[in-house]
This record gives sequence, structure tokens and C-alpha cells, in this order.
Amino acid sequence: MSTQTPDTDDSDPQAERMARKDERAAEREEAASTPDVGDDAITLKVFRYDPEVADKQEPRFDTFHVPREPGITVLDALIYARDTYDSSLTFRHSCRQAVCGSDALFINGSQRLGCQTQIADLNDSETVRVEPLPHREVVKDLVVDMDHFYDQMDAVEPYFSPKEDPDGEQLQSRENREKIKMSTRCIWCGACMSSCNVAAGDNEYLGPAAINKAYRFYFDEREGEDRQEERLRIIEQEHGVWRCQTQFSCTTVCPKDIPLTEHIQELKREAVKQNLKFW
Amino acid sequence: MSQSHNRGLVEDFGRWREFSAGMWAWVFHKFTGWVLIGYLFTHIAVLSSALNGDAAYTQTLQGLEQLAVVRVLEVGLLAVAAFHILNGIRLLFIDLGVGTALDTQEKSFYASLILTGIIVVVSVPVFLEGL
Repeated sequence: MSTQTPDTDDSDPQAERMARKDERAAEREEAASTPDVGDDAITLKVFRYDPEVADKQEPRFDTFHVPREPGITVLDALIYARDTYDSSLTFRHSCRQAVCGSDALFINGSQRLGCQTQIADLNDSETVRVEPLPHREVVKDLVVDMDHFYDQMDAVEPYFSPKEDPDGEQLQSRENREKIKMSTRCIWCGACMSSCNVAAGDNEYLGPAAINKAYRFYFDEREGEDRQEERLRIIEQEHGVWRCQTQFSCTTVCPKDIPLTEHIQELKREAVKQNLKFW
Repeated sequence: MSQSHNRGLVEDFGRWREFSAGMWAWVFHKFTGWVLIGYLFTHIAVLSSALNGDAAYTQTLQGLEQLAVVRVLEVGLLAVAAFHILNGIRLLFIDLGVGTALDTQEKSFYASLILTGIIVVVSVPVFLEGL
């Protein structure tokens, strides 16, 4: 039995497809050489680096002109630049709605999510400068190595450890839910850690995101008491909460508006309370 | 990953134009702290002239106070100490969980700057008196 369509026609579908593809490629090339981006085009300056390409081994900035659309985000502009001008332009993105945490970038001098940042809202909406997250090693273009960030997140054991043998369903009170509400919003984008000067100077520092994660479980009333103590031991170490110098950089950049500094300060007080028990 | 690029510290102090209020508060607090430590040594050096007797001590202090540059430095010292104290109080409140909201901590930083300014301006006549 053959699944091949009988060759009744003279035309070869594969050749046709190839011809159409070439045509489109030529169109794209033409569009790239004379792009019609309008008079008020956005100038996008993008950090480029690729250790595998000779002329990108030394980091440089490439300039792209992107048409201004109402509500265009930095991620939209990057996607336009990649699809129109240079398919090798590399950046992480996935959900485009500030949930996946893939596209934290250094945009006009601040850590922001590309998908959440509308270009019209930037101080300088004419020229948009996009760089990879600071204090992370660059793998290629806007892609940074996140391993260290994930290691720090894992270090606080970010999973729920309920009291042993709970009797059926463990309910959480409304008040307790409110208390940890903001801390549960973390999307692991790494913007806070990248903005933190202390984390930049101390590789062992847990960083705001990991401490916030610890906060989320520490204050959860359903967590076992022993577990709570163990968690406190992790974060009250030398490179834990005490490294925070309340610069508020993390709170300033957090795309989910988590009051990170406040959470770190609260855990500092918990650590003091646990260690200064006179009763 | 075969290779990656480390951009070093260029993101840090090279970006001072983009610092937020909390970051400036930290920079000023560190700076004033170091100035105060430096002053402490000068202070001990000047006071130790008393080891050579009353006259030497009086002469040293009077000699220093006659110099305009010392008077100006004293105003500077007051500014540094006033900011360090006020921002230190701000930090204590932040440690206690008071005023940790993003805009509140900004306002309290600006407040400590303004208060420092007022204290300095008001005390300038006192420091420059009889020069």
C-alpha cells in the first residue's frame, strides 16, 4: 500500500513550495533593506554577543528600527526585529503576559519584563536600549545563565512540608493567606537578584527572590514547626537575610510588586526573636 | 555552554544616574560613615595634644579655629553627621518594619536630606562666628 499521491500532475509540489519559500525570503530581504517603519519609528539598541560568531565575540550594540504601534511592548519590538531583520537575535520569551518570568531584561537602565513594559511608558520612548540582565554571565545576545539564581532558589528548599500526618484536608485561614499572598506571586524572573548590589558582590548571598520564597513557606501556618525552624536556620546564616542592606533595589524592580525588602526585614526580626528567647 | 561573557562591574557604579532613592540613601550612608570614622582619628590626634600640657592643647585648638578651611570643614562634618544620624533613624524604623513601603522609604530619605540641609544652614552662622 502506498501513501503517495498518484503523480497525475506534472508539477512537483516540493519544488513549488521551495519556490514560494524563496519568494518569501526575497520579500523579507527586501523589507529588511528598505523597511517601511514610518517616521516615528522606535530605535531599538540591542546588546549582541555570541562566542561562536567571529564578529560577535566582542560584545556590541545593534540598532533596529521598529514601527511604532499603540501599546507596543519591548518584547513585541524585539520579536519584530528578530522576524524582520535578524533571525539570529536571541532572547527568551514564552507567555507574553508577565507570568512565565522568561523575559526579564535590562531595559533603559532598569530590570523589567520585556512583555510587561510598553515602550510609550518608558522615560525615553524614542531610543530603547535592551541589554541582558546585569550580574549574570551572558550566554548569547540577551540570554543569561540563570543556573546560579536557580541554585539559590533551591537552597531555601522552596517546597511545602506540612505537619506530619495531617488529619485530612489542611485548611489555611484567610488571614494567613493574606499574609503570604504577595510572596506567592514570584515568577522566578531574576530581576530582583540582578538589581541587588549586595548579591553582585557576594555570590553566596541567597538574594531577594530566594528569601521571599523562604518567607512564603515560613509564614504558612500549615508548615510543620520543626520545618519552620529548619528554614529559619537556612536564611539566618551569614549569607542569608543579614546581607540585605535595605537599598530597596529589588522592591523597585520587581515586576509583580512584591514588597521584597519588607519580607526580608520581617525574617530578620524573626531570626532575632528566635535567638533572643529569654523565656 | 561553551563560553559566556562577564560584563564585570560596569552595571554598578557606572550606572549612578539610574540609582533609585533607596540606593542613594545607601551610598550616602556608607560615605558619611567612612567620613565619620576618618574624623574620629583626626579628633583623637587633635585631642592628644593635651598630652603636652594645657598650653599646647589651647594653642592647637585656637590655631585650628583661626583657619577658615577648618571652619568650613566643621560645617561639612556637621552635615555628614546629621545625615548619618537621621538616615540611621530611618534605617532603624525600616528594621522595625515601619515605613518599608516603596514610596514611604523614599519620602523618609528625602526628609532626612531636607532636615540635614536645614540643620546645616541654620548652624552656619554659629560655625563661622568670629572668623
